[in-house]
Amino acid sequence: MSSLSRDDVAKLAGLARIEMTESELVELSSQFGMILDAVARVQEMDLSGVKATSHPQPLENIARPDVVLPSLSPEEALSGAPAQEESRFRVPQILGEAE
Amino acid sequence: MIQQTAAQMADALAKGETTSVELTQAHLDRIAAVDGQVKAFLHVDSEGALAQAREVDTRRKSGEKLSAIAGVPLALKDVLAQKGVPTTAGSKILQGWRPPYDSTVVSKLKDAGVVIMGKTNMDEFAMGSSTENSGYGPTFNPWDLTRTPGGSSGGSAAAVSAFEAPLAVGSDTGGSIRQPAALTGIVGVRPTYGAVSRFGLIAYSSSLDQAGPFGRTVLDTALLHEVMAGHDPKDATSINAPVPAVVNAAKSGNVKGMKIGVIKQLQGEGYQKGVQTRFDESLKVLASLGAEIVEVDCPSFEYALAAYYLIAPSECSSNLARFDAMRYGLRTGDVDGASAEAVMSATRDAGFGREVKRRIILGTYALSSGYYDAYYGSAQKIRTLIIQDYAKAFGKADVLVSPTAPTTAYKIGEKVDDPMAMYLGDVATIPVNLAGICGMSLPAGLADEDNLPVGFQIMAPAMQDQRLYQVGAALEAALLSQWGAPILSKAPALGGAK
Amino acid sequence: MALPTYDEVIAQWDPVLGLEVHVELNTKSKMFCSCATEFGAEPNTQTCPVCLALPGALPVVNEKAIESTILIGLALNCKIAPYSRFARKNYFYPDMPKNFQISQYDEPICFDGYVDVEIDTEEGPKQFRIEIERVHMEEDTGKSLHVGGATGRIHGADYSLLDYNRAGIPLVEIVTKIVPGTGKYAPEFAKAYVAELRDILRGLKVSDVKMEQGSLRCDANVSLKPIGSDVLGTRSETKNVNSLRSVERAIRGEMIRHAELLNDGKKVKQETRHFQEDTGLTRSGRSKEQAEDYRYFPDPDLVPVTPSATWIEGLRATLPERPSLRRKRLKEEWSVPDKEMQAMINADVLDIVEATVLLGADPTKARTWWLGEISRIANDQNVAVADLSITPADVAELVALVAAGELTDKLARQVVEGVIAGEGKPSEVVAKRGIKVVNDDGALMAAIEKVCTEQAETAEKVRGGHLPAAGALIGAVMKETKGQADAAKVRELLLKHLGQG
Repeated sequence: MSSLSRDDVAKLAGLARIEMTESELVELSSQFGMILDAVARVQEMDLSGVKATSHPQPLENIARPDVVLPSLSPEEALSGAPAQEESRFRVPQILGEAE
Repeated sequence: MIQQTAAQMADALAKGETTSVELTQAHLDRIAAVDGQVKAFLHVDSEGALAQAREVDTRRKSGEKLSAIAGVPLALKDVLAQKGVPTTAGSKILQGWRPPYDSTVVSKLKDAGVVIMGKTNMDEFAMGSSTENSGYGPTFNPWDLTRTPGGSSGGSAAAVSAFEAPLAVGSDTGGSIRQPAALTGIVGVRPTYGAVSRFGLIAYSSSLDQAGPFGRTVLDTALLHEVMAGHDPKDATSINAPVPAVVNAAKSGNVKGMKIGVIKQLQGEGYQKGVQTRFDESLKVLASLGAEIVEVDCPSFEYALAAYYLIAPSECSSNLARFDAMRYGLRTGDVDGASAEAVMSATRDAGFGREVKRRIILGTYALSSGYYDAYYGSAQKIRTLIIQDYAKAFGKADVLVSPTAPTTAYKIGEKVDDPMAMYLGDVATIPVNLAGICGMSLPAGLADEDNLPVGFQIMAPAMQDQRLYQVGAALEAALLSQWGAPILSKAPALGGAK
Repeated sequence: MALPTYDEVIAQWDPVLGLEVHVELNTKSKMFCSCATEFGAEPNTQTCPVCLALPGALPVVNEKAIESTILIGLALNCKIAPYSRFARKNYFYPDMPKNFQISQYDEPICFDGYVDVEIDTEEGPKQFRIEIERVHMEEDTGKSLHVGGATGRIHGADYSLLDYNRAGIPLVEIVTKIVPGTGKYAPEFAKAYVAELRDILRGLKVSDVKMEQGSLRCDANVSLKPIGSDVLGTRSETKNVNSLRSVERAIRGEMIRHAELLNDGKKVKQETRHFQEDTGLTRSGRSKEQAEDYRYFPDPDLVPVTPSATWIEGLRATLPERPSLRRKRLKEEWSVPDKEMQAMINADVLDIVEATVLLGADPTKARTWWLGEISRIANDQNVAVADLSITPADVAELVALVAAGELTDKLARQVVEGVIAGEGKPSEVVAKRGIKVVNDDGALMAAIEKVCTEQAETAEKVRGGHLPAAGALIGAVMKETKGQADAAKVRELLLKHLGQG
C-alpha cells in the first residue's frame, strides 16, 4: 500500500503554501494511502509506446496579433485588493528573494 | 407561468403575451418562496435582473431582432465571472470579490438578452459531486431535501428542478453538469471541449473544464447551448468552427437507423438496481424507435477514474496558486510583522475547504520531481488510450450511452468523510471529459426503490453535439408519452403551491 | 589570508562559464494579453484580468513574440523545433500574479546554436565560439517597491508595493551550454558574448536591449576546476549583472572568490549571488528553506507551437547581416580608422551613418556630422542621437549642399540646429533663415578693403610677407560678412589683394 507520512504531507503543504494544523496533516496522511492506491492504478497498464495527451483537442499555433487593447483602469485593477497604496497593491514584507 | 418550458416562455415573450419583467419577477418570487429550503443560490441579483429584463423588453418594443431566448431568466453557476456581481466559485477565499470583467459566457448571455438572476451554489472550485463542499453550506435536492442534488453544479441543477429558473449554466470537469442533472431529474449537457469559451470560467482543471447548459427539456437545453457556444479568440483552446445545429436537432429528434453503442464497462456491477432497470428500459425504447443497439468495449475506461484524479488535482494545484491574498480575495493573518509568505499560507489554510486542500496536495505530489512520470505522465497516457477506445467505439456507433451516475441522489453527509466513495460516483461521466467529447444526461424515470430520478447519458464525438440532442429529443418524447406528464410533476411540492 | 591575484587564480584554475541572458522583447502588447508594454507608465495602468491573474482569465500567446524568438534563434544559428510547448513553472512569489510563470521546459522553441566572438588582447585578436543550449519564451514578473527599513531593499522592509505593468512582458531566455576553455580571458569573452548578443538583437530590432532599463539582463554561472582536470567544480550563479562592464567584473570577482575558498580547502556553495555595482563584489542571496521543486508541466491553457518550414524560411530570409561581419565590411568600405569605428559603435550611430551613406553622402562626411555636431547637440539635450528630429536624409542633403559650395561647414552647423529645432529640411532652413554663402567677389572685396583700411598696420605686415598675420584679417572679414563667406575664398582674395597671392 502506498502511503505518505505526516512529514511528506507537511513538505507538500509547504510547496503548496498551505499552513496546516497537526491534525490536518495527520488526517491527510491517513487518507492518502487509500487515494494513492486508487490513482496508482494508472501504472498497472503497459504504457510503453503510448503518447501522452495533454490537450483534448489537437489544436496548434493559436496566437493573437500583436495589438494593444485597453487595459483595466488602475481603480478596476485594484478593486479587489486587500490593501493598496499609491495605485499599487500593498502586501506584507516579502522574505524570500525574487527568482 | 414558471412551470412552462423556456421555449414556451420565449414564445409568450415574442408574442407579447408577457414581458421579461413579469417573467423575471415571477421567478424572483419563486426564489424568495422556496430557496430558503433548496439553497440553490449564493447571490440573487434582483435589481440587476429586473434592469436587464426592462432593457430587453425595451429592445423588443423597439422592434430589435432578439435571440430565441431573449428575456428568459437564468441561473448562473458561481464559477463564471460576472462584472460587478459577487463571484466566489463557492469558496471562502473569494468571499466578496466582484470581478471587474465579464466572462465570455456572460457576455454572450447578455448580448442574447438572457436575464441573469443570480449566482448558484457549487462545490468549492467545482471540486465535488454533491455541492456539500461549498464554503457556504450545501444545496438540497428538491426531490428530497435530505439528499444532495449532486455536484458540483448542484445549485444550478436544483434551481431548474425547483422551478426557480427555467434555464441554468453549469460547468462540467468530471460530470459536474450531467450528474446533478441526473440526480435532480433535468437535462444537462457538457458540450465538446473548446465549444464554449472558458474565458472567465474560474479554472479547476483547464484541460477538462467546460461550461454547459441545464434545462427541463432537451429543446430548452439546446436553446441555451446555442447562445453560449462559439469561438472565442480570448481562449486559445476554443474551437474555431460553427456551433453544431443543436436546436434543429432538438426539434427533429429521431433515431431511426442510428447505431447506439452501450459501453460494456459502464453498467452492471456497482450500479444501483433501479438505475440499471431504467437504463435498460430506455434502451428498449430507443430500439423500438428504430435504433440499432450494439455493445462496445472500452477496456481502458477502468483506469479513467484514476487518471482523472491525477490530472484534475495536478492542474488545480497550479490553477489555484493565484489565490494568495495579494491582489484580491481573503487575507488573513496579516498581523504586525507577518511576512507575505506567512499571510499566503494562513489565508490558503483558512480560505480553502478540506476537499480543495486534499486535491491541491495530491496534485502537488503528482507533479513533484521524481513522481511526475509515474503519476501525471502515466495519467496522460491513459488519456490517450481512452481517446483511442472512444475512436474505436464511435467507429461502431453514432452515439454511446450509459447510466449517468451509478446511484440516485444520496443523503447529505453520507459520503462526505469518504472521498473515495464520492469519487466513484463520477465513474461514468469522467471518460467524456478526459477525451474532450460531449455528453448529455436526461431523465430516464424514477428508480423503483427510492422514487428518485435516474439519468440516461448520451455521448457523441467532438463537435457532433447535435447528435446528443437528436437522440435525446427522441427518447424524451417517447418517455413523456409513456409517463403522460413531465417527470418533475412527480416531485414533492416545495414551500407551498407550485 | 589575502585574496589571490587574478594571475595567481589563472595559474592554477581553469574557469567554466554558463551564461543566461534574459531579453525583453519590444512587442507592442504583452506576451499573453493585449496590455501595452510601455516603459515607465503609471503603476498598474497596463494590467488586465490576464496579467493580474484574476480568477477565470486565460492567456493567448502573442504571435509577434513567437516570430521574434524564432528570429533570435535563427540569428544564433539554432535549430527551430518543429513542435514546442509552453510549460508552467510553479513557485509562489508576490511579483508573479499566477504564482506560476509560463515558460518552456523540455520543449524549447530553439536549440543547439552558437555565437562567435572576438576580443582584442595583448597577444592579438582572439576568437571563441560560445555554444547555445536553448532559446525559449517566457514572461516577465511585476515590480516591487520595498517600503520602510533600509533604503528600499527587500531586507528589513516593513511592507512592499506591487506594480504589475511589467508582469507578462515577453521575455526570451538565451542559455549557453557550459563554456569551458576560455582560460584567462573568461571575463573578456563573456563580456564580448553579451555585447555581440546585444548587437545581434538590436540588428533584429526585436528588443530595446537597454541593460540599464533591464530589457537585457545577464546571469553568470562560474565554476573553477584545476587546470587539466575534467571534473567540474561547484558553480555559483550571479544575478543582477546589468551592464557589459559588470559582466566582466562579476566573472573576474567570482573567479577570485572561488579560488580563495578552494585554496583554503573550503567548498564553494552552490547558490545564487547578487552582483553589486558599487563594490563590484557579489553577495549571497538568502538561502531557501528547501530546494525549489518547480513542478513543470505543459500549460493546458496554451496549445503547441509548430512553426512550418515555410514560416521559418520566410523569417530566415529577413535576417539582417551578422553585426560582426557588418562592422568589418563597413570599416573596409568606408576606410575608417579603428578608433573612429569604435567611436561610432559606442555612440550607437552605425545604423544611422550607414543610412546616410546609402542616400549618397560621403562616408567620412556623414560620420563626421553624426559623431560630431549632432552627437554634441544630443548630448546637450540629454537624448539619444536617434531621438533627435534630424534624419539621414537631412544629413545627406546637408553634405550635398556643402559639396556644391552652397554652404560652408560653419553655415551648415546653423542649418543642423535649424533642422533639429524643427524648422524643416535643410533647404527649407536655408531659405527661411536666409543663409547664403557670400560668393560674390565684389561684396567680398568690399569687405576686404574695409578691413585692410581699418587694420592698416596688420595689412602692411602681410604685404611685407608676414603671412601668419593674415589670420586676424580673415577673421575680421568673416565677421564683417556674418560668417556667410567661405573662409578659403576670403584667404585667396585677401592675399591677392595684398600682393601675396
